Amino acid sequence: MDFGLSEEHLLIEQSLRGFLAENVPIERVRELREADCPNDRSIWSALAELGFAGVLVPEGQSGSGLSLLDAALAAQALGHGATPSPFLASGIMAPTALAAAGGSAADAWLEGIGSGDLVMGVAVTELFSVREDAGVQQRDGALHGSAMMAIDACNADLLLVAIDSETFAVVKTDAAGPEITRLATVDATRCTSEVVFGGVQPEAVFEDAGEAIRRMLEAGRIALAADVLGACEAMIEQSVAYAKERKQFGRLIGSFQAVKHMCSEMIAELEPARSLLWYSAHSFDAMPDETPLLACHVLAHLSEIGREIASVSTQVHGGIGWTDEQNLHFWFKRIANARHLLGGPEHLRDQAAKLQGFAPAA
Amino acid sequence: MDLEFDASYDDFRSEVREFLSKNKPPKTFGMSEEEKPSRVGWLSLLIEHGYWARTVPKEYGGYGDSPDLLKTVIMDEEFNRVGVARGLNAQGPSMLVPTLLTHGSEEQRKKWIGPTMRGEIIWCQGYSEPGSGSDLASLQTSAVEDGDDFILNGQKIWTSTADMAQMCFILVRTEPDAKKHAGISYILMPMDSPGIEIQRLETMSGSIGENSFNQVFLTDVRVPRANVVGKRGEGWKIANTTLKHERSSLNSNAEGTLVRLANLMQKETIGGVPAMASPLYRDRLMKLQARALTMKHHGMRMLTCSLKGEPAGVAGLIVKLQNCQLSFDMAALALDVMGELGALYDHSKYERERGYWQALSMFSLGLIIGGGTAQIQKNIIAEHGLGLPREPKPAKA
Repeated sequence: MDFGLSEEHLLIEQSLRGFLAENVPIERVRELREADCPNDRSIWSALAELGFAGVLVPEGQSGSGLSLLDAALAAQALGHGATPSPFLASGIMAPTALAAAGGSAADAWLEGIGSGDLVMGVAVTELFSVREDAGVQQRDGALHGSAMMAIDACNADLLLVAIDSETFAVVKTDAAGPEITRLATVDATRCTSEVVFGGVQPEAVFEDAGEAIRRMLEAGRIALAADVLGACEAMIEQSVAYAKERKQFGRLIGSFQAVKHMCSEMIAELEPARSLLWYSAHSFDAMPDETPLLACHVLAHLSEIGREIASVSTQVHGGIGWTDEQNLHFWFKRIANARHLLGGPEHLRDQAAKLQGFAPAA
Repeated sequence: MDLEFDASYDDFRSEVREFLSKNKPPKTFGMSEEEKPSRVGWLSLLIEHGYWARTVPKEYGGYGDSPDLLKTVIMDEEFNRVGVARGLNAQGPSMLVPTLLTHGSEEQRKKWIGPTMRGEIIWCQGYSEPGSGSDLASLQTSAVEDGDDFILNGQKIWTSTADMAQMCFILVRTEPDAKKHAGISYILMPMDSPGIEIQRLETMSGSIGENSFNQVFLTDVRVPRANVVGKRGEGWKIANTTLKHERSSLNSNAEGTLVRLANLMQKETIGGVPAMASPLYRDRLMKLQARALTMKHHGMRMLTCSLKGEPAGVAGLIVKLQNCQLSFDMAALALDVMGELGALYDHSKYERERGYWQALSMFSLGLIIGGGTAQIQKNIIAEHGLGLPREPKPAKA
């Protein structure tokens, strides 16, 4: 038994971190804030060349066929860099659903996703939170209705849309496809859209796909938790570095107990969460019976401590932390947006209670 | 990540299971003198099979095997399953023995480790003093050399099980003129020495719970010089080894407590409805479950580090802080679920689970303070874990 990361794991994490620090520094993220969509295809192509587009795609289908733990470490590095990319939808969720659902259409798309040539967004919010009466229905083969907060949709080639907990469809995003409008959120580093389906013909509809949808949500939640963890890490690192150089009252602020305790409280929350994340991601491939509960808990927990760490680390910087110039807000807002992207903490804990028979099943 | 059990471990599990079905442990094997025969018999049997003192070398009375994380997990699971403690949860085995293995002389190891692991000798810990709380290094109990002995004078406090112990590992000041952290020695003191007076210390948990604390008064107590562990004046360094073991032994069984809490919420009714049916209480339970799971897996990560001999770094420094607070918070939910009845005390008529949750609440508050207060832990994490600068020293008075 060995509870920890292997050399290969560490290599993935460190090499991606190094690549992002050099090629997508925060100045580049700031530039992308002005773009129509932050999911710049040149960043994604570079990540695809490094093998991250196909991290979960089987080896025979142009992917690297790695584990969800490997993928989660990549998500963590992307969160650490506040890097815009369609990794959550196209790297994690869509390939998980397609691989689980199977079939020749799914295989062909997996091939394209693995090479990075095909980018796929996901519209799944209505599975756990219906706002503004959103929802997608299928009538006479065509899709009607709308989906809110679709992930990584506006610069994508294909969109996976959940119709209900047992059915999902895949549609093209070309001229004959749905109307996709990017919704500007606080988080300039992630793409979320409203999608309106006015009788769109799907490329394929997967029925009896409850298991595929469940696995897609589990993988997405674990990867999103990893993204939040990476963002928290980055914020703590910046706070500790600042506390070691900033002087007030003739002393380094890091020598004041009040500042010290803010920093220790943040790291005391983060380190055990990292252990839970490793175990949850490992369970996805090795002990899938345990994953439904763990995926709910790990994302709800990271959402809670993430909000606290985002707030405290900004406070360590004092007023300058609140300015646009200091950049900290890119992470603060990425964490804030992630909190509700795949189910808010109350919903996830309710799911966790249901899974254990503590609450009546819906 | 490799959490697979291979087939040889299945054999090991069956072996432990068979042992537990064939051998009935004594009803109690606590630290009192009356329990000594059953305690020593049971612990000796466990050592013989390697379920206790497994990695303590044979020549010191252990089983002499190399560390194996999986076997440890299996033994814990199997003993938990039948509700039997795997050994004696006391300061001698958990703190003194590791310290002697690191710093003791060959003679001291041979003399003390075996009887301690077998439960023949119960130890207490003489660190804290009334005037030195978090500033432990300011301790004043003195030891003056006199021929082959030291003569000890002073007072210790928070000495749990002093009333049952035969021996005490105690910190004393042997060089009064040396700087604060220097001049402290670590001595093994027999509790039947003339000049020792023990007084029970009343705490907020009163008669509820099972932990007794004492004050120990020392008047001209003679202890042989041969009982100093390590070098004279190096007691601070040695005590820090012991404290490290104390902090890691405060690893509470958060998952077990969570299960117990969930059971309480299913049984306890409010207006005829189980507390578990309340979305408010349930949400709090789920929040705590997430924290319990983080600490469970964090514990596995720490165990892996220690078995591989890798430093755990900042991840290791946070364990005590987080576990003690989690324990307190779980007790807090239980008390809220019991509502008015949660305030019942002294085994009153409607008391639940013999006051377990009231006791846990107060005892875990004690643990947040003891073994280094939460605030001291945070300083350690910040300075040793994150490399933040120390606070400037106050000007000399």
